[in-house]
Amino acid sequence: MITNKLSLLVGGEAGAGISRSGQLFAKACLRGGLNVFGTIDYQSLIRGGHNFYTVRAETQQVYCQDDTVDLIIALNKETILLHKDELAKGGAIIYDADQIKITKQELSRDDINLIHVPLRKIAKDLAGPQIMENTVALGAAIALLDYDPQIMNQVLKDAFKPKIAQQNIDATKQGYDYAKQNYKDMFGYKLQKTKTDGKQRIFVAGNEAVALAAISAGCKLYAAYPMTPSTSILHFLASVDREYNMVVLQTETEIAAMNMVAGASYAGVRSMTATSGGGFCLMSEGIGMVGMTETSPVVVLVQRPGPSTGLPTYTAQGDLRFAIHASQGEFPRLVIAPGDVEEAYYLTLDAFNLAEKYQIPAIIISDKYLGESNQTTQIYDQTKTKIDRGQIITDTYAGTEEYMRHKITENGISPRAFPGTKNALVRTNADEHNELGYTTEDPILSTKMADKRFKKLEALTKELQNHATVKLHGPKTAKTTIIGWGSTKGPILEAMKILNKNEDKVNYLQVIYLTPFPTDRIKTILQSAKETVVVENNQTSQLSSLIREHLLVDVDHRILQYDGRPFNPQSLAQRILEVL
Amino acid sequence: MVTLDDLKTPKTNTWCPGCGNFGILMAFKKALIELGLQREDVVLVSGIGCHGKMVNYVNINGFHGIHGRVIPAAQGIKLANPDLTVVGFAGDADQYNEGWGHFAHAMRTNMDMTLIVHDNMVLGLTTGQATSTSQQGFKSKSTPYGVIPPMLNPVAHALISNGSFVARGFSGDMFHLKSLMVEAIRHRGFAVIDVFQPCVSFNYLNTYDWFTQRVYKLEEQGHDPTDKQQALQKALEWGDRIPIGIFYKEERPTYHDSLPHVKGLDLPKLSSKPVDVTASMKEMM
Ligand SMILES: Cc1ncc(C[n+]2csc(CCOP(=O)(O)OP(=O)(O)O)c2C)c(N)n1
Ligand code: SF4
Ligand SMILES: [Mg+2]
Repeated sequence: MITNKLSLLVGGEAGAGISRSGQLFAKACLRGGLNVFGTIDYQSLIRGGHNFYTVRAETQQVYCQDDTVDLIIALNKETILLHKDELAKGGAIIYDADQIKITKQELSRDDINLIHVPLRKIAKDLAGPQIMENTVALGAAIALLDYDPQIMNQVLKDAFKPKIAQQNIDATKQGYDYAKQNYKDMFGYKLQKTKTDGKQRIFVAGNEAVALAAISAGCKLYAAYPMTPSTSILHFLASVDREYNMVVLQTETEIAAMNMVAGASYAGVRSMTATSGGGFCLMSEGIGMVGMTETSPVVVLVQRPGPSTGLPTYTAQGDLRFAIHASQGEFPRLVIAPGDVEEAYYLTLDAFNLAEKYQIPAIIISDKYLGESNQTTQIYDQTKTKIDRGQIITDTYAGTEEYMRHKITENGISPRAFPGTKNALVRTNADEHNELGYTTEDPILSTKMADKRFKKLEALTKELQNHATVKLHGPKTAKTTIIGWGSTKGPILEAMKILNKNEDKVNYLQVIYLTPFPTDRIKTILQSAKETVVVENNQTSQLSSLIREHLLVDVDHRILQYDGRPFNPQSLAQRILEVL
Repeated sequence: MVTLDDLKTPKTNTWCPGCGNFGILMAFKKALIELGLQREDVVLVSGIGCHGKMVNYVNINGFHGIHGRVIPAAQGIKLANPDLTVVGFAGDADQYNEGWGHFAHAMRTNMDMTLIVHDNMVLGLTTGQATSTSQQGFKSKSTPYGVIPPMLNPVAHALISNGSFVARGFSGDMFHLKSLMVEAIRHRGFAVIDVFQPCVSFNYLNTYDWFTQRVYKLEEQGHDPTDKQQALQKALEWGDRIPIGIFYKEERPTYHDSLPHVKGLDLPKLSSKPVDVTASMKEMM
């Protein structure tokens, strides 16, 4: 019997509530004290096709999905055909044999259990909608796993309005009873409530973490145009804007969103927008304007595979160079890559502070895999939220000289006043400008202003010495150092665990700040590595090229995947072994 | 009280002598004085083109953004601080070419601000190509055989896009333009004034004389600016007689009227205060 170590996959057509039921199950695990990772794989369509949600729940911390699954809830035949080979020996498939006819040949495995539950009949008898089939199946899963049904009931009560909740509770009960009667003690996996350290935990997606952090950080304007996989930030913020006194709006284009958040920043509020590659293209000119006007909105780039529309609902890390270089001309910026839901929250807080302090655009680069996967993490520490906006002149400007929005100072940072401040006229300009913000074409002044903007980089670099711009995971020294950035963190951490099972073979360098590039820190760490392997979800290994550019060294190996899917830990460990 | 002197800037004006922009500049300064606004409370947002230099010539708050994006930048400013009076200055290419998409949406959104379009029917700063308001047949460097499609009608478009204040002015009639600006800025909602602005260097067709011979004032002809049908009819008038003045005006809720949760809040100051998100996290447990 395997207890509290389970991967469950719910699969079916789009519109069948796949994501919802996966998340409900995950929450039930979370409330039983387990650590959970949940991720959705869906296609760019609304009905039909094939979607699946994977939940991995264990006693120990889980960082990503596993290569294999133990239990499949198949709401259509495709789910069985596509995923049966991922099923571990002794695994089970819950399905409705009245709806899905599957032959022995099609199944081509005899080491797994087929669990028929009359999902449709039960849902019909309860006079519920067809979508309730998945709740019936959840009930059956809980019975097979011998888990406490009360936990699921409470999850349903919290998720739905009373009437719908009761319908769903009835549905899970029917599924539960059916499985208990017909398949008692036949499944080798069990889930049990476990003791936790008592700390409150949440099950949160990367996009939600960014959104929560934006609210915490005092962001008062969020403007965006829908684009998968960034849209859940818009949905989340739009659903809570009234609670948090925020303005959240969907603009006509990403161009509008970008210029709007820049305008808002000029006028003194913290602002944010988010998009994916295509929208980021449209924002590029605006990002340059932010650099020139020394405003400071936060831009979230949630990547998906390109080029162009690419694979809209899948994951990739192909826009790193684009984020670093987007827009014409040269100006300092921040490009920050969180690797999990915890970093997504705390780094977004930092992004707001650093953007404002140094009056530069801050780009948070994540991807579908991080943005739309949920993970359990400790409740975010609200006492850590510090807002640092740099030097601000509020209410009345008391200086003796005329207020100069772009005053050349020793560190390049000009004290900010916002329009409306008495005795200060605040002028900024996308054209090259003088300290007062008036247009200039003077060569000497132009050089001075360009220097002023880059001067800020020195102070920023100094401040970043107090930030975790890189993290070294695993043993301090190891023969091989795996290098990655962003959402590959989960699979790499898991792969490292597999590789280091018997001896400390590898460690893992996670690059968090991509601009400014933490050259010195990487150099120091790589000095003690005999061999380096870069792992990325892109085709050209953009991180390797950055390392070469900044350190003048080549990495030894590159493991790249650009099929829109995240790495799976075991196969990643295998691929790493192969190159060593 | 602000004076013309207060509004002066140290920048040397680089518009061509006789350019229609001078009329717009003076009308705006006089409108500010008439409205009794404080310099600190007004933000001038301008686009890219000869018109964009407005930011250099009026000593108030200024945001000189990028080509075509006056509206969203201005909206961001207004959303951040609704106490500010926000006035955008765009060019015809700036607004009706590059920024066309924002135009219709701004009418619907109805944020309380003003947009003034310097409509010289040509791209001035890029040395005289045709724009979307250039007349059919207009010959320019980019259209040596004449503009092929008919011109775009911004006033009519503003009306059908639900503009709550739609006007047209002529920079050759500075006092009339000033009174339009005063009304537009006073208007509660999104106000647009398309301003005929002769470009003496590149528009050989639509000159001061050309406009002077044609324009007439709607208010002198008994036009009812609350009648949208009539307004549309007037907007379609083009030829020997071209109307200027207020085509249409209505009171309707502004965007901010639908944001009761931020009413009266000082958002820039609130941005300095951390917000407790425990309530949202509870839902994730
Ligand atoms: C994105 C972009 N495209 C093109 C330009 C080049 N450009 C500068 S001004 C201008 C047009 C100016 O025409 P208009 O907006 O009518 O202003 P005017 O000079 O006539 O006042 C253009 C196309 C630019 N600055 N940015
Ligand atoms: S080019 Fe035309 S619009 Fe520009 S300043 Fe000269 S006259 Fe005015
Ligand atoms: Mg023009």
